[in-house]
Parts: sequence; C-alpha cells; structure tokens
Amino acid sequence: MVNGINLALQFLDSFAFIVLAAAGLAIIFGIMGVINLAHGEFILIGAYTATLAVTQLGLPLVVAMLVGGLVTGLFGILTERVIISGAWPNYISQRTLGRDVIEPLYNRLADSMVATFGLSLILTQGARIRFGNSIDQIATPFGAISYGEFSYSTYRIVLAGVSIGLLVATYYLFTRTEFGMRARATIQDKETAQAMGVNTDRMYMLTFGIGSALAGLTGALFAPVISMQPTLGDQFLVEAFVAVVVGGPSVVLGTALSGGVLGAILATFSNLYGTFIGRIALLVAALIALRFLPDGITGFIEQLRKRRQESE
Amino acid sequence: MSTNSANGETNRSLASRLRSRFEGPNTIGDSRGFWIGFVVAVAALAVYPVFGDGSQLSLFMVLALLGLSLSVVWGYSGVLSFGQVVFFGIGAYTFGVVSINFATPGGITAAVVAGVVGGGVSAAILGYFMFYGGVRDVYVTIITLVSTIVLQTFMAQTAGSEWAIGEAALGGFNGMPDIPLLTLGVEGASYQFIYNPFPMRIIGIGAVEISPFYYLVLALLVGAYLGLRVLVNSDYGRVMVAVREDEDRTEMFGYNVTRVKFVVFTLGGALAGLSGVLYAARNVYIDPTVFSLLFATLPVIWVSIGGRKSLLGAVVATLAVEYLRISMAGELALVLLGTLLLVTILVLPSGFVPWVHEQVVKARLGSGEAGGADAPDASSEVSD
Repeated sequence: MVNGINLALQFLDSFAFIVLAAAGLAIIFGIMGVINLAHGEFILIGAYTATLAVTQLGLPLVVAMLVGGLVTGLFGILTERVIISGAWPNYISQRTLGRDVIEPLYNRLADSMVATFGLSLILTQGARIRFGNSIDQIATPFGAISYGEFSYSTYRIVLAGVSIGLLVATYYLFTRTEFGMRARATIQDKETAQAMGVNTDRMYMLTFGIGSALAGLTGALFAPVISMQPTLGDQFLVEAFVAVVVGGPSVVLGTALSGGVLGAILATFSNLYGTFIGRIALLVAALIALRFLPDGITGFIEQLRKRRQESE
Repeated sequence: MSTNSANGETNRSLASRLRSRFEGPNTIGDSRGFWIGFVVAVAALAVYPVFGDGSQLSLFMVLALLGLSLSVVWGYSGVLSFGQVVFFGIGAYTFGVVSINFATPGGITAAVVAGVVGGGVSAAILGYFMFYGGVRDVYVTIITLVSTIVLQTFMAQTAGSEWAIGEAALGGFNGMPDIPLLTLGVEGASYQFIYNPFPMRIIGIGAVEISPFYYLVLALLVGAYLGLRVLVNSDYGRVMVAVREDEDRTEMFGYNVTRVKFVVFTLGGALAGLSGVLYAARNVYIDPTVFSLLFATLPVIWVSIGGRKSLLGAVVATLAVEYLRISMAGELALVLLGTLLLVTILVLPSGFVPWVHEQVVKARLGSGEAGGADAPDASSEVSD
C-alpha cells in the first residue's frame, strides 16, 4: 500500500519546503512590491553561512542557523540601501553630482526583477569563485524514525514544525506588534502613513531585512539536507514563486494556505508518479489557480467576505 | 531596400514615402544620417567574414533575433516574458525532430517552417491561457519563468529510448546530435547552407571562402529588424505601445488589449522559434541547456542593456554582450555581466542605445544644425 503515514509525512515535508521557500519572497513582494529574483541566492547565503559556521568555526548547529539568518538579514538591508532604494548611492551622488542617480525600485516590478537577477548572477558566480563547486556538508541531525519497513528522517519532521512556528511568528509580528501595524500602514497607503508619522523608508528597509533573514533561515534550515553548491537557490525558486502567486495579497495567510494546497498536490503527485510529475502538477495547479483566482486564494477569500458583508 | 535616401532630388518623393514606413515615434533613428549609418553597418557586417571570424558572429546574429523577439513583446507591448527561450527551444527541438525524420532538402525546409510554427503555436497556447485567463503583469513573468524551468526538468529526463519521436531521440541531458545540415529548397533545386563555403575572388584581396549561412542569417536579421520597424510604426504598433503605457485606458478607447497581447506574444514566439531553428541548424545539435535559467535570462539582459524600447538596442546589445561574454569566458564573466545589468537598470533604465541617441540629438541641437525634415524631436520624446 502507498500508506497513509508515508503520504502524510511527505505532505508535511512539501508543506514545510513550500512555506519556508516562499515566506521571505512573499513578505518582500507583498509589502514592497519588489520581486526579488535573488531570493534563491539569499537562501544560498544562509545555507553557506550556517554550514561554514559549523564546519569552520565549530558553532553548535542551532546557533549557526541563527547566524545564517542574521547574516542574510544584514545582507538584505545592505541590498535594500544600495540597490532597491538606492539610498546610499543617492546620498553620495547628492553630495558630488547634486542629483539622484538611482530611482528606487519600489513598485517597478519588472525593473526590480531584472536588477535583482543581476545581483543573483553576481552572488552565484561569486560563491563559485570563492568556495568552488561545493563545500563540505553538515550531517543531518536527529537520525531517523522507522515504522514498519519504512524510515523517515526526523529532521524533516522538525522542519515542518519549525515552518509552522515561523508562520505563527511572522503572523504575530505583522498583526500584533507596533512594527507590524506601521508596516501594514505603509503597504496600504504610503503617503497617509508618512503623514501619520511613520518612517516609511525605514519600514521598507526593515521589511526587506526581515524577508531576507527568513530566506537565510530557510537556507540554514535546509543546509543539512540539500547539497551545498552555488546553484542550490534555484531549487527553491519555482516553489517559492508558485506559492506567492497562488497565495495572493495577504502575505502570511496566503503563504500558509498555498503551502497547504500546493504541498498536498506536490506530495500526492510526487508520491504516485515521481518528482518530475509532481513539479508539473504544481505548475498546472498554479495555472489553473491563476485562471480562476487571479488574485490568489486570499484575494478570493477577501472577495467572498465582501460579498457576504454586502448581502447582510 | 528603401534605404538609399541619398538618391537625390529626382525620386525623392518615392524614397521618402518608402522611408516613412520605417520611421515613426516608436523607433529611434529617423534622420538621413542614421540610414547612411545603417547601410554602412550592414555593409560592414557583410564584409566582416572576409577579415574576421564569421562563424561566431553568425551565432550572435542568430541570438539577436531572439533579442528582437523579446524587445517586441516586452519593450513594445509591456509583457515581460522570461520564457522567450521556451519558444526558442521548442523551435530548435521541432526543427531537430522533423529534419532528422525527413532528412531530404524538402523535409529540412519543412522542418524550418515547423520550427517557426512550433515556436508560434506554443506561444499562442501559453499566451491564450494567460491573457484570456486574466493573468497580468508580473504573474505573466512568473508563469513564463516557471515554464522555462519545467521544460528544462522535462527535457533533461528524456534520456531513455522511449523518448524518441520517429527516428529522433530526444536524448535527455546529452541532447540531440546529428541534426542534418540546413538545406533550403526542394529535391533537385536546393541549397545547403552550412559547411558549404563557396570560394570567391575579390579584387585586391584574392580568393576568400564565404559562408552562405552567415549571409542567410544576416539577411534574416536585417529583414526582421526592418519588418519590425514597419510593424511598430504602423497603427498596430501604436496600439501595442498604448497597451504598454496604460492597459486600462487603451481598453477604454475600445481596443481589445487581450487580443493585442496575445497576437504580439504569438508573433514573438514565432520569431524566437526561427531563432531557435537557426541555432540548432548552426550547431547541428541541441540540448536542454537552452531552457536553463541562465540562458532564459540572457535575452532579458540583452534587451535591458540595449534599451528595451528600442529594436536597434536589442540587436546592438545582443551582439555586444555576447561578444563580451564569449571573449571573457573566465570565471568573472558572469559577475561582470551581472554588474553591467545591475548598473544599467539602476542608472540608465532606458538602456544604452536610447541614451546614446539622446546624446547625439542633444549635441546636434546644441550645434544648431537641427531642423528640416529630419528633426528628431518626436523620437527623443517618445523613446523614453
């Protein structure tokens, strides 16, 4: 039998993978209107940092993973200041040329994609030049659980738990804290938020940093289970994009729901017909979802809610 | 063609009327000086193989067709397709499959047509699903990007013997070798274009061997460039640009925006398919790297650097970037390419060629020579 436990575990695995891959991308896209094509490379930075922290510095795994997230977050803030908002180059050019040289990439979707792709090329190739085609890997912790004739890596189950924990934390951060309120005010109406005294510039910088830190943490978490090569970010890209597209405008809820739906599809089709068909099914699901729910799952929910309010 | 603007007063009206089809607010370079430069540039490309390595330049020109196809779709209609290589690759594979199965001159000619149609039809299918499904903006980009990755995954796993179409094995990672040499015509009256140099005697230089494939590609590139210039400066081209600038407003004026995007996307797919056919024919080989993420983004890089709203920019930047990329085949090539892309987008968002054009126009206005029939006012305004 293609047994239930197997399928359930695979679902958890796919869910964790999709949610973790998408979370950082979804936050940056949902709040800033920037598509970060270097998302995969941010994951790469997190994975490499964590791995090197363990193998070179001998840090404990959990600490190394947090370091991976932190370093990527700082790198994200640097990226935002230099490339996305151009604040630092413009600061310099204001003083030397007397004008801005960079127009911020906010809400310039196509341009933000192309620019961050340039960054992604630099990072991938930079990693290859600096570290070669692969680096030493850290072992998968926790061993495996076995049931009947099957066994399953415990670590992957832990990953699923962590992914849910991260979702909850992100949800809390954006809905229950002062920071979250300001960030959401910035998305809804930048000018009004500014008038109310929100430093939107700083919000953008911090949001980009948080999105990047999540990407880095994803990389760090998956570092023990994927092969450490400069192109490892590519593996996350498809799932991340599809999840963001299917999820729709509400960042956390959208990511969770699309992670659930797509995770189920991916797990079922991969289990029955192999990884390749699983990926194809994912794309087809995304196409169908976009065909009927152009604003994603959460856009559809929002529409339903409005309709109900009107009919009452 | 109609480029001989220096014909003098006698048939000026005819020449200028012909020329006006190629000119308009949507392309840069309407002056007599531009057309003289254009003829000089084409002539330079035509004599280049006598002195330099034409085989490499022919590859760049094949890729320039791919760049042109993205320029029309993205630069003129505002649909950023990260998947032009999908149609490029499908064109190439279709050409390979058909020509291996029908390796006669007529069959190979049909394979060329099949490749172009394959590129166009696959673009039409994807485009129909996207545009008539209400998929817009960045989601189109994401779907085309994902299609590329899925096709790469798919083609890479076609290694087994069950993955063969007739005589042609798809070959997985190893690709499809033994594609027949490009031949056009029918049995009895055909011409084989590759590895078939014909010797020529040029006065002052002596005997040289000329590659017919090079001239085929050059002719197609010049033809595609001029044809697209006519298209984007026609009424339809104006609607395309209107769609790019403001979809909703164009819709309000009564234009069928969805159909415009669909038609342009299909046309772009066919052109990318042609480019793929020539690519496969030139290399007599095709493999799944044409669907890789890196290859998929190259057209976006060319078109961004050259200036996406400029056909000339797409061609010039493809030739220049590919030349740079090949000539510094070291480890740093990609880093430099990424930096170039990043800096271009941030500092010169409209691209190099429009920027150069602007400088030329400014210089000319500054020296007080502007005016007359060649006044370049409208072009500099709109190409921004």
